[in-house]
Amino acid sequence: MIYRTIRFLDERTGGVPFIRKTLRYLFPDHWSFLLGEVALYAFVVLVGTGIYLTLFFEPSTAHTVYHGSYAPLRGLEMSEAYKSAVDISFDVKAGLLIRQTHHWAADVFVASIVLHLIRIFFTGAYRRPRELTYVIGVLMLFLALLEGYLGYSLVDDLLSGMGLAIGYAVALSIPFVGANMSLLIWGHPFPGDPTFWSRMYIAHVLIFPVIIGGLIALHLTLVASRHHTQFRHEPRQTERRLVGVPTFPGQAPRSLALFFAVAAVLFLLGGLVQINPIWLWGPYHVAQGTNGAQPDWYLGWLIGALRLVPHFDVVIAHRTVVPNPFWGGALFPVIVLVALLAWPWLERRMTGDRRLHNVLDRPRDAPVRTAIGAGFLTWVILIFVAGSSDRAYVFLGISYVGQIWAYRVLVWVGPLVVGFLAWRTCIGLRRAEEIEADQERAEEEAAAAAETAGAR
Amino acid sequence: MASERETGGLAEVTLWGLLIAFLALLGLARGAGRRERVVPEGEPDRRAELVAVLLLLGAAGCAVVFIVAYVLDWPDLTQYLGLAIGVAFALVSIAMIVMSRRLVVTEEIEEEYPEPEHPEEQQKLLQVVHESGSRITRKRLLGGAAGAAASAIGAALIVPAASLGPFLDTESFYDSPWRRGRRLVDEGGRPYRADDIEEGTFYTAYPQGADREQLAAPLVVVRMAPAALRLPADRRGWAPQGILAYSKICTHAGCAIALYRKPLFPEAEPRPALVCPCHYSTFDPAKGGTVIFGPAGRNLPQLPLLVDRRGGLRAAGNFSGPVGPSFWGVRTRRPRST
Repeated sequence: MIYRTIRFLDERTGGVPFIRKTLRYLFPDHWSFLLGEVALYAFVVLVGTGIYLTLFFEPSTAHTVYHGSYAPLRGLEMSEAYKSAVDISFDVKAGLLIRQTHHWAADVFVASIVLHLIRIFFTGAYRRPRELTYVIGVLMLFLALLEGYLGYSLVDDLLSGMGLAIGYAVALSIPFVGANMSLLIWGHPFPGDPTFWSRMYIAHVLIFPVIIGGLIALHLTLVASRHHTQFRHEPRQTERRLVGVPTFPGQAPRSLALFFAVAAVLFLLGGLVQINPIWLWGPYHVAQGTNGAQPDWYLGWLIGALRLVPHFDVVIAHRTVVPNPFWGGALFPVIVLVALLAWPWLERRMTGDRRLHNVLDRPRDAPVRTAIGAGFLTWVILIFVAGSSDRAYVFLGISYVGQIWAYRVLVWVGPLVVGFLAWRTCIGLRRAEEIEADQERAEEEAAAAAETAGAR
Repeated sequence: MASERETGGLAEVTLWGLLIAFLALLGLARGAGRRERVVPEGEPDRRAELVAVLLLLGAAGCAVVFIVAYVLDWPDLTQYLGLAIGVAFALVSIAMIVMSRRLVVTEEIEEEYPEPEHPEEQQKLLQVVHESGSRITRKRLLGGAAGAAASAIGAALIVPAASLGPFLDTESFYDSPWRRGRRLVDEGGRPYRADDIEEGTFYTAYPQGADREQLAAPLVVVRMAPAALRLPADRRGWAPQGILAYSKICTHAGCAIALYRKPLFPEAEPRPALVCPCHYSTFDPAKGGTVIFGPAGRNLPQLPLLVDRRGGLRAAGNFSGPVGPSFWGVRTRRPRST
């Protein structure tokens, strides 16, 4: 039976040699290699739950009055988009489960990409010949951020409307092209033309997912064609030989276990842990805002940056040249993106290392890289944390103005301190290893000497 | 090791011996179906099999609970559905872990990394590229023409994108529904009277009979003691009875200014301020909306007011500057009334 299937496939596709090779592809073993896989599986859940949501969601700003089953909103004027999102939450059976799972999956998707990127960075996995795989990965991270932003903007609740207003201001602030570009995107000054909702919708449900899906395929193809990197757990793992577990039968149940674990966590969260209760925020109107507004976690670094920049526009001859949101909302993420993309080549220039690398570094093996990475990460994280200073004010009573001034200093000093400490730690760890190795060697020599003495 | 051939017992030094051994091996493999194994053998583990079966059946049970809950529409459906399908997935996941630890052979195989380069193929490819163009004499000219065609056609395909919005016309950013004489109304459409505006709180006002969903529409209105006002000299008479109106849209990122800081602790926060909750841009209503903290780069536009003969609040003109977030080239000029 199995043999007949194999024969059938081979005759019609000629693909059996390829399948056999795929089944015996080797996966080196380390827990941190699973982070990228978590992102992949979260993406699968996102597509599945997303398709379900499209069957009920209405991407339209047409005005309507709510008469659904959630009493506090009854009689309120709102957009069809917001109404259909509230209906998904209350009147579509299983709708709320799928909506919340979709939202959780988006948060986990971006989180796992970020952790994966951190792992790739600190182990030097991006080095020759895997720079392209890395570049595609970084691009996917930024596409995922935009895709997530579009997703929660579509709902047209109060928070998403405020988020869109900020996005609009950031787009406007881009020198030279900002105003015209935003008019093309929004079709009209904010809140925009009704067709803006169709544009956001098609971008969120088709254009971005297809691009991300295509890049995932390319990313995985490149990973497989150059094979996985590996840590050196044992001496037979070298730059030329890899040791690992084959896809089938060894790796397959592990991977499936991870997939089902990811799905389990996401659906449990979706069912049991409330996320973005849009019916509490109410519909968005330009004249409304709320205090304590926070975006999804993965945009926290941008809100932090927008808040930290001191108040100035670059004005020349009564014309604004660079409006303020540009610095935190556009320049900052672009700097992070460009720095990440350029890093493999920057490092190559710094170290002059042009060799092929299949064996990963431990962070301590490359103290300078680890220091730069730790400093860079601290910079982004501190700006991220600064985005929550209004919450710190509410919960801890620390002066908001004082916090902002502290962060304005800290985001520049902190990275230097952390980078230096990371460098020192790496050097220290390596020295400890060298001493240990020396001791072992000395003991062996002593033992050998004792033996020869005994033999004599 | 899977890659090592099992030749023990068959080793013969002579060629004939080898041949016979090979034939015998082939015959054995054909006849009894016994081949050299690819996946090494492992010990069976009947207990682990039982555990995996039970876990998978448990998952099936949870999935059935999901269906039943859905069909019967249990109260707290979202929670039950999430729990049922989540536990089902979790049980399958655990079953897979049992499989991978106890029931599936985990081999550690060695393999060469693929060759990083194929120098010969590279040379061949280069040759193909070079030789294919051997009939063409004016390569540059042809390349230039192809480039011109590609960029012109590309441009032609991009040009319709200009239909997406007004192109190279940013005048609409200066549109405002306010003009002299327009009444200020509240959310319910009721006109504001000067007496309605009390000190210590703020009011949201809209232009009567205009679209409210545009940035230039909403106002924030406050009353302050006339003696406390420090308005610019050219705004004399903009705040009758100390009533001030500002655009409600923050000049930083376009959020609505939803906070009015009326100080409770004079030592810490000495003056009232309008605050945007998005990035905490803070404006001083007494000084014509100047920025006193936060990232906003431009003052809050002020709308001149007048009190009509019946005590109603009306606009006395248009804003002092453009409303909403700044853009490249925005000028500090009064908006135009629509």
